[in-house]
Amino acid sequence: MTGLQITDVSLVLGDGDESVTALDHVNLSVAPGEFVAVVGPSGSGKSSLLAVAGGLSTPTSGSVTVDGHELVGPNNRELSRLRRELIGFVFQSSNLVPALTAVDQLRLPTTFGKFDDARDPMELLEQVQMAHKAKRRPHQLSGGERQRVGIARALMTRPRVLLVDEPTAALDRARSQEVVELLAKETREQGVATVMVTHDHDVIKHADTVYVMTDGRLEKQD
Amino acid sequence: MFLALRELRFAKARFGLMGAVIVLIAILMVLLSGLSQGLVKDGVSGLQELPVTSFAFEKDVQKDSAFTRSVVDADTVETWKSRDGVNDAAPFGLALVNGANQDGTQVDLAVIGVEPDSFVAPEPAEGEGLLDANSVVLSAHAADDGIAIGDVITLERTNVELTVTGFLDGQHTFGHVDMGYVELPTWQSINAGLPLDAALPEGKEGEFTAVAVKSELDTDALATADEEAGTTTMSLTESYGASPGYTAETSTLLLIQVFLYAICALVAGAFFTVLTIHRKPEIAVMRAMGASTGYLLRDGLGQALILLLASVGLGVAIGCGVGGLLQTTAMPFALVTGPIVLAAVLLIALGLVGAAVAIVRITRVDPLTALGANR
Repeated sequence: MTGLQITDVSLVLGDGDESVTALDHVNLSVAPGEFVAVVGPSGSGKSSLLAVAGGLSTPTSGSVTVDGHELVGPNNRELSRLRRELIGFVFQSSNLVPALTAVDQLRLPTTFGKFDDARDPMELLEQVQMAHKAKRRPHQLSGGERQRVGIARALMTRPRVLLVDEPTAALDRARSQEVVELLAKETREQGVATVMVTHDHDVIKHADTVYVMTDGRLEKQD
Repeated sequence: MFLALRELRFAKARFGLMGAVIVLIAILMVLLSGLSQGLVKDGVSGLQELPVTSFAFEKDVQKDSAFTRSVVDADTVETWKSRDGVNDAAPFGLALVNGANQDGTQVDLAVIGVEPDSFVAPEPAEGEGLLDANSVVLSAHAADDGIAIGDVITLERTNVELTVTGFLDGQHTFGHVDMGYVELPTWQSINAGLPLDAALPEGKEGEFTAVAVKSELDTDALATADEEAGTTTMSLTESYGASPGYTAETSTLLLIQVFLYAICALVAGAFFTVLTIHRKPEIAVMRAMGASTGYLLRDGLGQALILLLASVGLGVAIGCGVGGLLQTTAMPFALVTGPIVLAAVLLIALGLVGAAVAIVRITRVDPLTALGANR
């Protein structure tokens, strides 16, 4: 089974009377090269979906597989390995490491383990049109530029699944369109299964499939 | 250590400030070590140079002033000498006196009385040994104070005149005073406060401070020997404590050094605690990206180690430079490799322990916080 498979996943946070159902029997299947957008108001469970899909949270029930590798069950050490080998993250406002230049941001994930087929960082920077700022550090880049570097960083190790958390939260409209277009393009070219969580309805037109999250339930939008 | 090195380069000012504190601590450490070695040398170098393994003092003598209070007699030497495992035993007299040479130069002496044919007899590096009752062999250190072979030193009170016949190799001091070896009868007169030609009082003949012993006996065997000879034995190193001021000086300096080690660990701990808290968001991101705990710990500890190695290295280099200058002054100061290396290793090790306690926080950073607006 290639791509991302989320099967009947529920996530209950807290316990007793305080418990909240963050995910309620969610099913989601994303094929390689498919760009899925998940929209919904804050608190609807979007971040929980990404956390479960990326092996950062263990669901209360259900199954998550990436290219056939089960993410529910393995210990933290094994989950770390699966994350670095199979999953790419693009974070809200990019979360780049302050001390590193753009090109070193891309090299960083390849130092986490042994990657024989890692991408060439300069080539990838070229691809996201950031090659001319390869030696700049995050504080010398604009929000959109940081996000481009963040996307390139997530693609360095050729992940099977790309999980994108509110990529346009800190960007203006024009930059937002550019960044999401870039995500859509890379998804198709790299054949990666991409899930983008956003509350920005202007950018979902670039997605192949759009889901709506409401109170922990996920529904496909027509 | 991909990230560690780049962070060190990026946040030069921050790490530089921290490094500067460690550099200063390391300099202070080298200087204290030099001072403490200098004081040790001034206090007990004369004892250190002796071919003696232990001293047998008068029974139940007060240990911190044994050299000035103890009295033993010739029979005790024989008792010790005849014991199995004892290679040699000889009379050893010690008295602190003041005097001046013919030009009026003040000389403070620890007069050591020995039998010229015994194993503790002085071996002069310059001049000759003990020729007669008026002959004295001095620590080479005294030559620095303007004493030369042939000088006549007149002791206060007794007016005993001693002729310098030779110098020992290097510094031989006891309680910050140069040692001067004389023949045992001469020492007995000086110790009794009498001129050399006066008869010693009844019972004072054949008495001296301690029995210098050279043996292969262990602590238990020495205790048994003590019991039978009616003496109190101190090993050569234990006897250092009987040098005036030795214990007070060394323990004070040791206390300061212990404090510096603690300060080094705390400073490193505090710095890396703040740094780790500051780095929390990027650590969460890296953990989410799949960086293992081991990777992050190696990176953090590697960074601390590089910082400590560089800072302590620089501090020791500066400290040795300054120490080299101090060594040429009258200050009791001696740069000794062993203690300096030990201090440097301890500073690095304890600094690393402090840093480690802080850096372990990395393991408690939840990668989940990388998601959402938790920046």
